[in-house]
Amino acid sequence: MNVFMAFKMAIESIRSSKIRSLLTMLGVIIGVAAVIILVNIVTAATLSMRTELESMGTNLIQVSISRGGWGQTRSVSLKEVEELAEENSDIISAVSPVVTSMGTIKYGTNNVNTSITGVSEDYSDIRSLDMEEGRFISEADIEGRSNVVVIGEYIRKELFGTESPIGQTVKINNEKFTVVGLLKAKSTNASAGGEDDVMLLPYSRATRLIRNANINSFMVSAVSSDYMTEATEAIEDFLYKKFKNDDYYNVLNTAELIDTIDDALSVMSLLMAGIAGISLVVGGIGIMNIMLVTVSERTREIGIRKAIGARRASIITQFLIESAVISCLGGLIGIVLGVVGSYFVCVAMDMSAVPLPEQTTVILGSFAFSAVIGIFFGLYPANKAAKLNPIDALRTE
Amino acid sequence: MIKIKDMYKIYTMGDVEVRALNGITLHIKPKEFVSIIGPSGSGKSTLMNMIGCLDTATSGEYLIDGIPVENMSEDDLAVLRNEKIGFIFQGYNLLPKLTALENVELPLIYRGISPSRRRELAEAALARVGMESRMNHKPKELSGGQQQRVAIARALSNKPSLILADEPTGALDSKTGIEVLEMMKDIHKEGNTVVLITHDSKIAAHAERIVTISDGKITGDTTSKEGIEA
Repeated sequence: MNVFMAFKMAIESIRSSKIRSLLTMLGVIIGVAAVIILVNIVTAATLSMRTELESMGTNLIQVSISRGGWGQTRSVSLKEVEELAEENSDIISAVSPVVTSMGTIKYGTNNVNTSITGVSEDYSDIRSLDMEEGRFISEADIEGRSNVVVIGEYIRKELFGTESPIGQTVKINNEKFTVVGLLKAKSTNASAGGEDDVMLLPYSRATRLIRNANINSFMVSAVSSDYMTEATEAIEDFLYKKFKNDDYYNVLNTAELIDTIDDALSVMSLLMAGIAGISLVVGGIGIMNIMLVTVSERTREIGIRKAIGARRASIITQFLIESAVISCLGGLIGIVLGVVGSYFVCVAMDMSAVPLPEQTTVILGSFAFSAVIGIFFGLYPANKAAKLNPIDALRTE
Repeated sequence: MIKIKDMYKIYTMGDVEVRALNGITLHIKPKEFVSIIGPSGSGKSTLMNMIGCLDTATSGEYLIDGIPVENMSEDDLAVLRNEKIGFIFQGYNLLPKLTALENVELPLIYRGISPSRRRELAEAALARVGMESRMNHKPKELSGGQQQRVAIARALSNKPSLILADEPTGALDSKTGIEVLEMMKDIHKEGNTVVLITHDSKIAAHAERIVTISDGKITGDTTSKEGIEA
């Protein structure tokens, strides 16, 4: 059988019943588009989380100590942590305590509810923060418990508008502070809860402001990202020696965090592709259904073809090509919808869209899958057509 | 050309045994023009299916061009039909989605002939029936007589040993019917073997030999002078 003619016939019969062909393809279109959109969303989410975590610094270790039950005050003193850092100065480069609470910052009539973070002078190195204006918290500020604050772009925007914030007096939880520095914006549109929604105080002043003298959290940076594991282990050893129980503390490094998120998301990606894959299979069953109808409608045609010399293989080829063309066409439409759709979903979800070259695997994969489905679910109807007896087939009207 | 000996075709419908062909023996020589005539239910359609290798007999022998047909596989029969037999049906049986040219090309495609040669042969066959100007029309754009001429071209395109026509004028008015019959006579004169199956004795009379069939048996076999002369 001439394959080119079979293609021509297939396209002819798709064209002659457009609505039906479209409905037949719909399952595959939705399936392929769903696979691509879901996989792309997960990929985009992974990418944006990665960039966010990487912007925090890849050599960052967060240490938090659980306070224990009510009334207990389990903690590690800053002195102990600084000693640990000095002992391991070949792997640990800096340590900063992190004291957090919620608070209100007020300037004139403007105010913002945000988190108060008390840190040391090393925090800017640990988090690789750059200054837009002014200076960061100094050692002298810590020692003197100065009423100074460094703010992020979001706070500046909300409180000061067009005014310069440096040197202005603001009220934090009704106590007066002087703005000494403005951090360089990390994102293009600073929003509440984002990376630019920050307010940094000397930790010594912050503990007073929030009336909690215990420091339960530290940020540590390793000398480089190559020393992450060693630095993490050193800290864990120290904490275990102190508490004799690894439930009392939590040491988290960004590299591990990224790995954990990657793992979780790749499992999710597979799961979603699986669910969408099921809809592709359902689409395949739809194709089989219509192909069976087509075969019975075209019984006479099959009879004529057989009478003038079509062998079984020729009839099978013809109908297989037809169902493959339908599902591949559906696959192509689905790819276009999926790529365009996932772009808009990513934009709507404020994530950067996955670049096209990175979608190659899912696009080719889902296209191949739809072709396989077309052939697989076309086999039974094609075989049914090929088995028709030419006399009976010719007799039907 | 065609040798049928003691052919039986027996259908069992429930408990009833129907002998559609009840011991047929028939020889058709090359270049003969034979009509097979009989009323409906006489078994002539069954006989046509046998001659056309569309069906196999319950028992008996059938040789076409010296090739025994019984025990052939379905695919072998398809190849045999493709090479030896050109069908002309009552309802034309053209594929509605293909153009006249593509319809005529179809047997050549199944034969595996190259596209350029195929087109050449199909165009020649269409020219033979005077349809070359309409070759890019679809069947529904053609009149009944024109459709039947395309069907004749399709039957001729493969240069078969036998042209088998089943009531070729059945769906046509008498004037176009005569035209088609004249064309079949011309085809016969060009050296083709033609078997015409009909229930109409006037049409059968155009052939040079008339075989009458009734109740699955041959009841008459006459050579018609009129047919030869006409």
